[in-house]
Amino acid sequence: MQVQTITRRVDPHLAIDLYDPEAELLLLHFGPQHPSTHGVFRMDLYLDGEIVVKVVPYVGYLHRAVEKLCEKLTYAQITPVVDKNDYVAPMTNEQAINMAFEALLGIEVPRRARWIRTIFAEMQRIASHLLWLGTFALDMGGALGGGSTVFLHCFRERELILDLFEDVTGARFHYNTHTVGGNRHDIPAGWSAKVKAALDVIASRLPEYASMTLENRIFIERTRGVGILDGELALELGVTGPILRASGVDHDLRRDAPFHAYDEVKVNVVTRSAGDCLARAQVRLGEIEESIRLVRAMIDGIPEGIINAGRPIKQPAQFKIPAGQVYVGIETPRGELGTYVIADGTANAHRLKIRPPSLHALSALPHILPGATVSDAVVILGSLDPIMGEADR
Amino acid sequence: MNVHVRSLVLAVVVVSTVLALTTFAIWFERKFAGRMQSRLGPTRVGPVGLLQPVADAFKLMQKESIRPANADWALFNLAPLLAAVCALGAAAVVPLAPGLAAADVDLGVLFVLAIGAVTVLPVFIAGWSSNNKFALLGGMRAIAQSISYEVPLLLAALVPIILSGSMNLSEIVRQQAEGHWIAVWPFFLGIPAFAIFLLAMLAESNRIPFDIPEAESELVAGVTTEYTGMKFALFYLAEYAHTLIASALGAALFLGGWDGPFGPGLHWLLLKTFVLFGSVYWVRWTLLRFRSDQLLRICWTWLVPAGVVLVMGAGAWVAWGPLP
Repeated sequence: MQVQTITRRVDPHLAIDLYDPEAELLLLHFGPQHPSTHGVFRMDLYLDGEIVVKVVPYVGYLHRAVEKLCEKLTYAQITPVVDKNDYVAPMTNEQAINMAFEALLGIEVPRRARWIRTIFAEMQRIASHLLWLGTFALDMGGALGGGSTVFLHCFRERELILDLFEDVTGARFHYNTHTVGGNRHDIPAGWSAKVKAALDVIASRLPEYASMTLENRIFIERTRGVGILDGELALELGVTGPILRASGVDHDLRRDAPFHAYDEVKVNVVTRSAGDCLARAQVRLGEIEESIRLVRAMIDGIPEGIINAGRPIKQPAQFKIPAGQVYVGIETPRGELGTYVIADGTANAHRLKIRPPSLHALSALPHILPGATVSDAVVILGSLDPIMGEADR
Repeated sequence: MNVHVRSLVLAVVVVSTVLALTTFAIWFERKFAGRMQSRLGPTRVGPVGLLQPVADAFKLMQKESIRPANADWALFNLAPLLAAVCALGAAAVVPLAPGLAAADVDLGVLFVLAIGAVTVLPVFIAGWSSNNKFALLGGMRAIAQSISYEVPLLLAALVPIILSGSMNLSEIVRQQAEGHWIAVWPFFLGIPAFAIFLLAMLAESNRIPFDIPEAESELVAGVTTEYTGMKFALFYLAEYAHTLIASALGAALFLGGWDGPFGPGLHWLLLKTFVLFGSVYWVRWTLLRFRSDQLLRICWTWLVPAGVVLVMGAGAWVAWGPLP
């Protein structure tokens, strides 16, 4: 990727001074107990009528000191804790943290484990994007209207994937299935047939979603040209994932810095150039299709072998990592989830830093919200797909 | 029978019928929505969940009635009452069967539209008196929306009035029973006017895709944010009763009211009302919500001009068209 020049912009928090000081603005505390803030996000909206003039986002209502907790726990204990960060895509969380430890230890993950991880990651992407589509429709259509119809339909399909994960790990959520050096659970017999059947169902219902959202006139009216984020600003803010790709930047770590088994398959990156909420929806729905294609292509070719480089079944409760530091970034459904670990040779990390894509996505809000109406504010926030568990950690 | 006694008895009958039908309509909608969303809807209370709305009403009665500290108590308490009264009041002139209406008023259509115009008042009172910013925004939106959609509603209702030459709803229905339903002939006037009426009705009764005053994903619960218990229940009731009565009105104005094959009767009106009501909810559970500026644009750039053209067309039809 080429180096981007960073230009200084006016701080949007200060830009309110440019606004007519005589105008009486209405300060609306939006959240943290608002139904559409996707958790406990809060933003203070300064309104002129219904137009947002200024926005001040506040994060931290779900702060659980995860990073500090990770420094206190041993390496083996961390995985189930980080599961709860991005609670919509727990698989990718545990993958990220374990990949960082593997990098520090210099462990080569067996090929079978890498393939399984890739399949898990792609299925998690489908589930996560389905949940996003449902909640995004809720933001626009209300819990008592068409939005909830899309929402429930999306949940119906997401269930199929959670059931498949349950077959492997015994948990529908917070799997704790990745360990340092590989996976804890091997896939059961007949699982791949079930996966293919579930994917067929989801693929057959994708046109239904498209007709209720992307092809729906009201949906288009509500999202086209709303919340435009240009690619350069997105890069400056560190926004990654579908939001960045919807802004015309062709960037996907699965292809640009392959991890797991992504170097063995071809990933088609879905991009759009408009940068608005419609483009983000198109990218995410396109990614569902692409993930279905990837899983279908990989599910029959899972190589035989062991699933863990260390002892195959049980991990030692405590192990030490030699002094050193590493940064590992992987592409989760929301963008680049980075893990930075400084190890000091003991069984605990000296410092563990998680770079959540949601936090960076939220940082775009002060730039793209002013000028929109309150209705649009909800749509724009929804289109960023923030998960507060990971933004606040 | 003394005419006053008769009116009183009919009023009690009509109001309790509308309340009972509203209860049924709530169950109907929840079942309908459930099926659309591949779930079952209410199943537990009563046979196939029929008593669910009753259970809901009892639940709401038990709730503590909370009033925000700085709310205007008089207006805050008045708003839900006014909402329920306005919604039920319109039922008075709906012709139920040949020669049967709670009030056979000569200016029946005008009365209904006037009552409909008043319904925005309790909504705004609620928004204003709650002393809540979300409620206030909802009230502001309600004013803009209701006043705008009043115009196409009126224009659409003018078409049957002009065609039948009467503002008495019973008379309009009687003429349709003798001749043709207005949506059937002249269909090129009747069907567009009916479509505009339906759209404006959706907007007037704050249904998706026009439910922006409530807009619970944006404004928490809009004007009803601060209301609890029975006061909220009254708003809820008013909303459903409004939709129900507007459906009955649409059936009376365009679909021949109580007229139908195998003899006229109340059952035809009920059937047509519930078909219209069902279509309102079909739309509601399928579509997303418009933004307020888009809503007003649709009204002023499409519905109002179309309504004006239709009214002129109806006038021309009466003046020069073939005799019925």
